Amino acid sequence: MTNVAKMSSAGGKVEEKLFQNRYLVDAGRSHIKVRPHTTPSKALLSLTYTCPAGCYSVNDKGQVEITSDGCLECGTCRIVTAKTGEVEWNYPRGGFGVLYKFG
Amino acid sequence: MIKERFDAIVVGAGPSGNAAAYTMAKEGLKVLQLERGEYSGSKNVQGAILYANALEKIIPDFRDDAPLERHVIEQRLWTMDDTSYVGMHYRSQDFNEERPNRYTIIRAQFDKWFSRKVREAGAVLLCETTVQELLRDSRGKVIGVRTDRGDGTVFADVVVLAEGVNGLIGQRSGLRAEVRTDSVALAVKEMHFLPREVIESRFNLKGNEGVVIEAMGTITAGMTGTAFLYTNQESISVGIGCIVADFEGSGQTPYGLLEAFKNHPSIKPLLENSECKEYAAHLIPEGGYNAMPELYGDGWIVVGDAGQFVNAVHREGSNLAMTTGRLAGETIVWLKRRKEIASKANLSEYRRRLDETFVMKDLKKYKNIPAFLHGTRQVFGVYPQLLSRAAQTWFRVDGTDKLSKEKEILKSFRKARTMPGLIGDAFKLVRAWR
Repeated sequence: MTNVAKMSSAGGKVEEKLFQNRYLVDAGRSHIKVRPHTTPSKALLSLTYTCPAGCYSVNDKGQVEITSDGCLECGTCRIVTAKTGEVEWNYPRGGFGVLYKFG
Repeated sequence: MIKERFDAIVVGAGPSGNAAAYTMAKEGLKVLQLERGEYSGSKNVQGAILYANALEKIIPDFRDDAPLERHVIEQRLWTMDDTSYVGMHYRSQDFNEERPNRYTIIRAQFDKWFSRKVREAGAVLLCETTVQELLRDSRGKVIGVRTDRGDGTVFADVVVLAEGVNGLIGQRSGLRAEVRTDSVALAVKEMHFLPREVIESRFNLKGNEGVVIEAMGTITAGMTGTAFLYTNQESISVGIGCIVADFEGSGQTPYGLLEAFKNHPSIKPLLENSECKEYAAHLIPEGGYNAMPELYGDGWIVVGDAGQFVNAVHREGSNLAMTTGRLAGETIVWLKRRKEIASKANLSEYRRRLDETFVMKDLKKYKNIPAFLHGTRQVFGVYPQLLSRAAQTWFRVDGTDKLSKEKEILKSFRKARTMPGLIGDAFKLVRAWR
């Protein structure tokens, strides 16, 4: 295993990174929803590490959950689960979501 | 929502949407532009390099007041392994010219400027407005859009879809298929702030001179991707991106890759003591010509990332976005002058004009490159390591004679990739490049 692989599987602290950003959270209206499921597909499960904002996690029942407050609106989860249909993805309502100062 | 009927509605206020809206408004068309963010740029992410030529064709005197960071005088291309890089650097005084060719920019600021130009040209911009769907007449022609604002409907002769890589509206309306995971890269980026004199001394720069680094190698942990570092006036943009399909099953996190890149011994000193002020993520459509969707139809036309207009090899996207936006705008103006409707047949003029520019010529030329890069992982792992070892063997003076060193280098290549493998990779590259 290379140094790179070691460091990245250990994971950066994504929460600290998101803390730098500005958001206008649409409280109670998540623009992304994970459809109810018993066993997540491989694709859905991969979002626990592929999502650049670390929004996805596995709960104690083995189901994948999302907390979309830190979402960077990239659309990776939308494309990865397009075939399985496990994620319902919309843009946040106009004006809400991430507000890039620099982009 | 707005009772008035428009000549054109532009969905999105990124480089392609702004180019289209500006081009049409300047020629007197009634243009409505809709943007979901608080301002143009608030949802947009790019490295970012601005290629002057594409913008000059829209706003020739943009240098007078556009927020430009540094003009690029030095390009560094690196292949990296865990401890080294092998670099090809090109620095030239010729790039210190009156009208520089490439600039680093900060997109949120640049987009705000471009958006102001669009409004000054006469377009109406509505921000914080998310378009939900296209409206069609009984024969299927697009006649407007529905938004999430008020009663929501607004009508126009033509809708320009400058909606970006996710392109939800076009997709949900069946104008194009979902983007494939092997045709799109996920890039993450941070903005690191440093005093400008520190940046200038670290990169050997004077005034507004700038350096950009593009890197590939073991930094992407075997995935197809690249990393970058761009100098701005008082900040450094640093990021890394890989094909989305490669992340699946890899266990790699994008932010983990970024941290590893930032901590590479060749990068770390460049960022030392900087303050990170933003972390961003964005998808980049990298499927090229073969991933390109339908570009126009009855009452609609696609520009920018939504049309997969990116040349991934050359890291060009915003210039293709601006050029496609301009050409779509010019086509619509041309039809308007001739009093012709925006039918699919008439809008085919857009494609004809595109074919005459670098946009289609380059995308066609490189149409097999995305598949080559994605299918030849050695480019991102084995070869950078071999190059680094070869360079080290060559430069290290240790009492070994030069002929033995040459043999050792050749042997390392043959061993890692076999002779047929090496020839095959070279052949595939040449065939894809031509």
